[in-house]
Amino acid sequence: MSYPESMLASIKKVEETRKKRLEERIPLLSPEEKDKLLHGFHPDYNPKGKRPVRVGPNQGDQMPNELVDLLEAYPRIDPDRFDLSSFDYDVDVLVIGGGGAGAAAALLAQENGANVLLVTKLRLGDANTMMAQGGIQAADKPHDSPVIHYLDVVGGGHYYNVPELVRALVMDAPKVIRWHEELGVMYDKEPDGTMITIHGGGTSKKRMHAARDYTGAEIMRTLRDEVRNRKIPYLEFSPVVELLLDDQKRCGGAIIYNLDTKEYFKIRAKAVIIATGGFGRLHIQGFPTTNHYGATADGLVLAYRVGCKLLYMDAVQYHPTGVAYPEQIVGLLITEKVRGLGAQLVNREGNQFIYPLETRDVVASGIIRECTERNLGVETPTGMKGVWLDSPMIEIINGPGTIQRMLPAMYRQFHNFGIDMAKLPILTYPTLHYQNGGIVINEWGETTVPGLFVAGEASGGVHGRNRLMGNSLLDVNVFGRRAGMRAAEYAKKNKVGKLSLDHVKRYSEELKAAGIERKRVAPMLLPDYRRPEVLRKLEGTYGLGIE
Amino acid sequence: MVKISIMGQWHEVPASLTIQKALEYAGYQLVRGCGCRGGFCGACATVYRTEGDYRLKVGLACQTIVEDGMYLTLLPFYPAQRADYDIDKLEPTYETIISIYPEVLRCVGCNTCTKVCPQDIDVMEYIACAKRGDIAKLADLSFDCVMCGLCASKCPAEIAQYNVAILARRLYGKYLAPKAKHLADRVKEIEEGKFDREIEAMMQKSEDELKKLYAAREIEP
Repeated sequence: MSYPESMLASIKKVEETRKKRLEERIPLLSPEEKDKLLHGFHPDYNPKGKRPVRVGPNQGDQMPNELVDLLEAYPRIDPDRFDLSSFDYDVDVLVIGGGGAGAAAALLAQENGANVLLVTKLRLGDANTMMAQGGIQAADKPHDSPVIHYLDVVGGGHYYNVPELVRALVMDAPKVIRWHEELGVMYDKEPDGTMITIHGGGTSKKRMHAARDYTGAEIMRTLRDEVRNRKIPYLEFSPVVELLLDDQKRCGGAIIYNLDTKEYFKIRAKAVIIATGGFGRLHIQGFPTTNHYGATADGLVLAYRVGCKLLYMDAVQYHPTGVAYPEQIVGLLITEKVRGLGAQLVNREGNQFIYPLETRDVVASGIIRECTERNLGVETPTGMKGVWLDSPMIEIINGPGTIQRMLPAMYRQFHNFGIDMAKLPILTYPTLHYQNGGIVINEWGETTVPGLFVAGEASGGVHGRNRLMGNSLLDVNVFGRRAGMRAAEYAKKNKVGKLSLDHVKRYSEELKAAGIERKRVAPMLLPDYRRPEVLRKLEGTYGLGIE
Repeated sequence: MVKISIMGQWHEVPASLTIQKALEYAGYQLVRGCGCRGGFCGACATVYRTEGDYRLKVGLACQTIVEDGMYLTLLPFYPAQRADYDIDKLEPTYETIISIYPEVLRCVGCNTCTKVCPQDIDVMEYIACAKRGDIAKLADLSFDCVMCGLCASKCPAEIAQYNVAILARRLYGKYLAPKAKHLADRVKEIEEGKFDREIEAMMQKSEDELKKLYAAREIEP
């Protein structure tokens, strides 16, 4: 399978303009132009995509419909059926989630003397961290500094970022890379040890560190290996369905559900860390997603029910370059590194229309405008539209073989479907990538509920309303480590009181009082991609999530 | 539409689907055997044959298109030998690898591991590197491994190749790759508080001041 004739005709035009474009640089947009583009074309500004949530700490706030559906859903369990006078596990620190943030938190909590248990919905390492390709930011070169990194982060986040969180992010960044180096992460380096760093969208200095285009995978498999080496106990296929609060409203444990045996287990913990990731698999506004199968916003639901406030939930990141062809892999990520290495975005006629390394929200809006209002997109046989990412330019600029050497995962992905991206451009369209907002935390990952910590994509405020490339791998490490350290300290000083699920009962009553029917349950746990014909044949569920 | 058999049950599914999407089309809500859905996590190793062909084929369910007459099973977990070790106490040598995973010496050179690798990694060659202590090459050759377990499932010498590989990559990353001096320098500067005052000043700035600074940033070419 390669490209059909109709698409090859447009590729010819792309090839014809390539020589001219090698010299051409589209200017960066002015703040006013950016504003106009975002308001006109970014999905966040579509009023039909969101509505106010009717219950809980954020009552009245606009959020994506798909998230409101879950916040307004009923618990999966009956609180009265759980006897909380005894427990199956009793630990200092419970980490919920087995991705980058969870693994980092577990390692640091244990290092700081805590007895740790990690529980995760799928396997240890099954997370978006594993899929992050492009890189991780850290201002570790002499001409760069954490202060410049700070400015890039808040400008990219449209000045909504929480300053203390940004400081933690940029100041810890070099320490995180150093920690990885000590653990044996294979970063791309020059022969003398200098880190090979490139630009990402919105960076003013080249500070994107990478491990080929398996950066997240390389970090994740190393952290996972270390969790195993340090014999930190972990339970897989065991998502949390509710948190537990004690008589002083402190978080003191959780109920987990074993997806294999369908049993519930009760865990008592002096401190709990939510590291459950984001909401990509909710397919906000029907967008395809780059996200992992498990990204169903479970942590948001759990934290919301114990009284945590959510921040910037209406700010969703659409990655500008998702796969638009072939159909089998639509929505998967084409890493920003492809643009970082010199590939331009061009329309059906072979013309550039936006500087390829504007921030993600701006580039995504530019592509949507090209495919809608301007009608200069390329149509695929299934009727989807996209624009070209002119990948062969990478080889012209950096020399033949660069793609296979620097982007082996990308190359393989397209090669599997008969497309050689070193020779032909690839078709892209924005795809749902990241939850910019999340649970409110302070710079140590503490929430407003004592004993409850959050790290990684589940938290909000670090990235303002728009995250830059390379700052989420950084985020999970920085705040995973911080939450792990602080939770271990907290666990030393605090005891757990009498635990209950009373908050769950109260939440249900609130839903009822708001006139919300019991037609959904949450947390969702897993997406359901079965056909309607199949679903109609099922009985006995509330229609969301696994039985 | 094509006919495929999922663990013995036949289903009709659209010919354009990946195995993973075909399973869902057929009515499965996947719990095991599904992870990143993008070829990075190794959760969905799949073994299949096609009717009339004696050969056993493999692939990642999320990356492999269905074929008519395909009969398959997922291999969501494979029991493999994995040793615990303290990376800080190891030396990057042949002896380290052989003492932790002595079974690599049992490799008979059958090349089955290379043939089954869905990532097209030359697995046998990197095990050969282990056998001669070439850790740098082992780390390089095995880099794209997603640890799906298919190599181990077919190995007559009962080696868990991917666990040998991650040990080697960590030894390489920690001991053999040259250290980044600029990184160590920067960590020291941060610990000494070199940027504290500047960062705090930045945190106090108004949005308008930040906007001006942002617009005036010098972009590294």
